[in-house]
Amino acid sequence: MTRGRLARNAIMTGVFSVAGWVAIVFIFLIFIFTFKETLPIFTDPEVKKEANLEAFFTKAQPGPTLAERYVWQPTSEVPKVSLIPIILGTLKATIVGLLFACPIGVAAALFSSEFAPPKLREVIKPCIELLAGIPSVVMGFFALIVLATWLQKAFGFVYRLNAINAGLALGFALLPIVYTISEDGLAAVPRAHREASYALGATRFQTAWRVVMPAAAPAIFASFVLAFGRAIGETMILLMAGGNAAITSFSLTDPLRTLSATIAAEMGEVVVGSAHYATLFFMGTLLFVVTFISNTFGQMVIRGMQRRMQGAKA
Amino acid sequence: MNTKKVFVLVAVSLALACGGEKRDGATATSARSKPLTIKGSDTMVILGQRLAEEYMAKHPGAVVQVNGGGSGVGIAALINGTVDLAQASRPMKDEEKAQAKKARGADIVEQAVALDALGVFVNDANPVKSLSIAQLKDIFLGKTKNWSEVGGPNARIVMYGRESSSGTHDYFREHVLEKGDFAPSVQTLQGTAAIINAVARDKNGIGYGGIAYAKDVRPLSISKDNAPAIAPSEASVADNSYPLSRKLFFYYPANAPERVTQFVQWSLTAEAQNLVKEVGYFPLATQKQ
Repeated sequence: MTRGRLARNAIMTGVFSVAGWVAIVFIFLIFIFTFKETLPIFTDPEVKKEANLEAFFTKAQPGPTLAERYVWQPTSEVPKVSLIPIILGTLKATIVGLLFACPIGVAAALFSSEFAPPKLREVIKPCIELLAGIPSVVMGFFALIVLATWLQKAFGFVYRLNAINAGLALGFALLPIVYTISEDGLAAVPRAHREASYALGATRFQTAWRVVMPAAAPAIFASFVLAFGRAIGETMILLMAGGNAAITSFSLTDPLRTLSATIAAEMGEVVVGSAHYATLFFMGTLLFVVTFISNTFGQMVIRGMQRRMQGAKA
Repeated sequence: MNTKKVFVLVAVSLALACGGEKRDGATATSARSKPLTIKGSDTMVILGQRLAEEYMAKHPGAVVQVNGGGSGVGIAALINGTVDLAQASRPMKDEEKAQAKKARGADIVEQAVALDALGVFVNDANPVKSLSIAQLKDIFLGKTKNWSEVGGPNARIVMYGRESSSGTHDYFREHVLEKGDFAPSVQTLQGTAAIINAVARDKNGIGYGGIAYAKDVRPLSISKDNAPAIAPSEASVADNSYPLSRKLFFYYPANAPERVTQFVQWSLTAEAQNLVKEVGYFPLATQKQ
């Protein structure tokens, strides 16, 4: 009897640890695969001629009579593979998205954790978290058809699909990330902090703004970092709402093309092993590394704060 | 469990076979066959799907799956052997044919299935009614930037185009840009429907695509060299006077199974060619050889 239970215990432990390891192994395999497909940029002489680090980050002449500039034309007669316009596009969308999502997300978190009556809080929290459940293709479609038209009517943009339109739609996707993590952080601030503040005569707003928010600052910061990671990797919204023109422009009213959207749009027909293929994988590696670093960093900050808060409680 | 599965399979295929036989003895063979998979041109997806629907209705038991993705995607899939038939809005390149021949072990058969007038679309509110190929070239190369340079209002030209996987993109680059590069400011959208949608909402927009998609936008008349501008229509495609008339193709290996050849043959019948017209393209018979 006892032996049977012990055996069952051992088997189940085995099953769960295998499941855990499978996840880790998959991450590593994907990592290795992505890197392996990028390698020809450094090793294969054929690929190197067309796609190399220098070509990625320097100007090229798009036509015989045209001035040198950063261009992404990988399937041209003379392929040109500058990543500058695409990296710029990615950053533009990310910045607009964060500028929209961070203030609103933090304000909403502050409201629901400090000011909202408990009943209202029970409504706001699930509603914002539900936003995270909206498939990004739906969000992209909304931005493409509805939001772009509104914005163009309101502001008279020359381009319907531009960085503001794409960034706002992206912001909707980032909002739940910023909100949830910030809210958790604010809620984790010990009651004693608030009580001490009230005891000194501070108002609710002063307490929230000067005591609770600074105490939760690491979590709020982490929510920004994680939102950044999500924004860099987000594909569908930007593919649909960004206009996909690879232009080197700092204007927020111009269309943009992001790394992720470029991979999504071009991977389907690329010749396996070609310079274009390796370049797309290089972009993938770039995304992988950036999101990996920002996610790890964000998680580390959160964990550090949790430890401190638990210490404060004890 | 396994026996049960086999039993279900047999029962289902028997039922299908019987159903087929009852209506039309000739289709009993296709009843037991694998699904016919078609992939490629986004221009042709609406056509392929309409043909597949009708074909499946007429040939009980036959299953035809049609996917888009772009001509380049379809041709790549044909080479990789993941589809039976590729739809393409541009002719297959020689090197692609060679690759496919090597991979599939047979020559690739090219079969035109419909005619299309590649339309250049502008917003209904745009006063410009016609453009020459040379003007179009300058617009999409990024040299002409304002509508006033081609007889329109003083407003920036907003260009919409397709991804490089699109046969329409390739066709346009070859026949209008003469292999030049699209200006980087061309916004590439996913599919002709998306382009039409964008142009319909953008009063300074211009885009291109298969004529069957033209809805809520105005196709321009196009002139070539010094000839008068011609509007895309069945008549102008028939006598080849519309400068951007093209053929839409099916590609499949010569050793393809019967389910492929039967479908291709059927798509050339008068019945299927009527569907071509219904979808918005032009039947093959239109063009005088």
